[in-house]
Amino acid sequence: MTVDNNRRILIINYGMGNIGSVKNALNTLGVECIISDSKNDISSADAFILPGVGAFPAAMSNLKKLDIVDELTKQVMISRKPFLGICLGMQLLAKDSVENGYAKGLGWIDAGVVPIDREKIKRVPHVGWNNVLMEKDDVMYKRIGASAHFFFDHSFHMVCSDHEMVTGTCVYGEKMVASIRKNNIFATQFHPEKSQRNGLKLLRNFTNFVFSDRS
Amino acid sequence: MLKTRLIGVLIVKGGIVVQSINFRRYLPVGSPAVAVDYLNRWGIDEIVLLDIDASPESRSPELSKIAEFSKCCQVPLTVGGGIRTVEDIEKTIHAGADKIVINSAAVDTPDLISEGAELFGAQCIMVSIDAGLTGNGEYRAFTDSGRCDTGRSPVDLAEEAEKRGAGEILINSIDRDGSKTGYDLELLGQVCNAVDIPVIACGGVGHPEHFREAAGLNLSGLAAANFFHFTEHSAVVAKSFLKSAREQVRLDTYAKYENCTFDMNGRADKRSDEYLDKLRFEYIPEEII
Repeated sequence: MTVDNNRRILIINYGMGNIGSVKNALNTLGVECIISDSKNDISSADAFILPGVGAFPAAMSNLKKLDIVDELTKQVMISRKPFLGICLGMQLLAKDSVENGYAKGLGWIDAGVVPIDREKIKRVPHVGWNNVLMEKDDVMYKRIGASAHFFFDHSFHMVCSDHEMVTGTCVYGEKMVASIRKNNIFATQFHPEKSQRNGLKLLRNFTNFVFSDRS
Repeated sequence: MLKTRLIGVLIVKGGIVVQSINFRRYLPVGSPAVAVDYLNRWGIDEIVLLDIDASPESRSPELSKIAEFSKCCQVPLTVGGGIRTVEDIEKTIHAGADKIVINSAAVDTPDLISEGAELFGAQCIMVSIDAGLTGNGEYRAFTDSGRCDTGRSPVDLAEEAEKRGAGEILINSIDRDGSKTGYDLELLGQVCNAVDIPVIACGGVGHPEHFREAAGLNLSGLAAANFFHFTEHSAVVAKSFLKSAREQVRLDTYAKYENCTFDMNGRADKRSDEYLDKLRFEYIPEEII
């Protein structure tokens, strides 16, 4: 298996949330990365991380204003470069969301984003450490264990039509999607950059995937 | 299931972490960078850093320092102190904070709550309420580090914060602050029952038992400032206590302090000499991630 540690990981800066945390976490792992919002950097990068905290419609609007949606879609869906979406960055992969009305998402996966059901659980947002049940023995959960704690902070969650892509779930009022994997696309509802050792391990698993020979 | 968070609060005055007593006396503890690092290593669930000089000095938090602390902080870092405008929120998040806390501004210019929630997401906006008992036995909210009586109840402020889109409430008892006599359960109960957003308790913890006493209130987080500063592994020890009392907390550190007992001052009792001897020679390889 060949390993290329020079592959460039790009953290997409579209003005939503604290991207510094993701860079800090990667630096703690000794992994270099760049932060950018430019189409050129996106086309020349080897892998992507899309973090995000905030509202879905504002996020899609920012991505469109930066004119990077098409290029990013090309790199991820056609060139199949590794991609990690975090929190809002996972929700954006869906076809649409009903947050603050209605907005279309990137549509890379067959899923929708809906509010956490207040009939089932009183306190929203879902904020704090919850354990993630590993539904699939995916590379993202290597060395992490079947019921590890991660940090969540969200009021909306993703519903997938295809359960095959769900790699982890958590329970908050009801069972919810905590992470997905579809080919080169990884995504987590929780924040690995804020989940101490479990989070660092997950990020390491992703960067190892980026640097390894995946073909 | 969702675990109750144990949250370390760092009160920063003059650039150093201080021990706070009734919001009036402040005794030095040490460097915020070291405190963040230690709490992080001891498995704390979240850190709240409050620059209490900012409001009286009419400025926002020291951004360069936040950038420094956030580098080694792998748990959510919530920063507050003098945040008054949307620009303040943006700069603070940009510097490395995951969430921000607003206190005086939530009362003086409550539109900031809704504007902040709309621009940055409700998850980023924590409203903190400092409350004290008045002469006639009612709770009142204070701003400006406890100096200014708002004339309103903490419940009233919490309800307004929720309506305006705040993500969480941090309720702090001025009377219990630094007292080591436990949380003001009556105050916490009132606020918890009034809102449907997560509520975090603060003020008064001196013994891990005080964390456990708040168990029935459906609190999302149990915060303490002074409590975490004076013992090695304070966060781990507190969590071990709560776990053995069947409370739902996350205990992920290698050190588990299982079957640990406590003295009346909340310090872990010394273990038997046989146990300690065995521990001396136990080899624990560092896990490289």
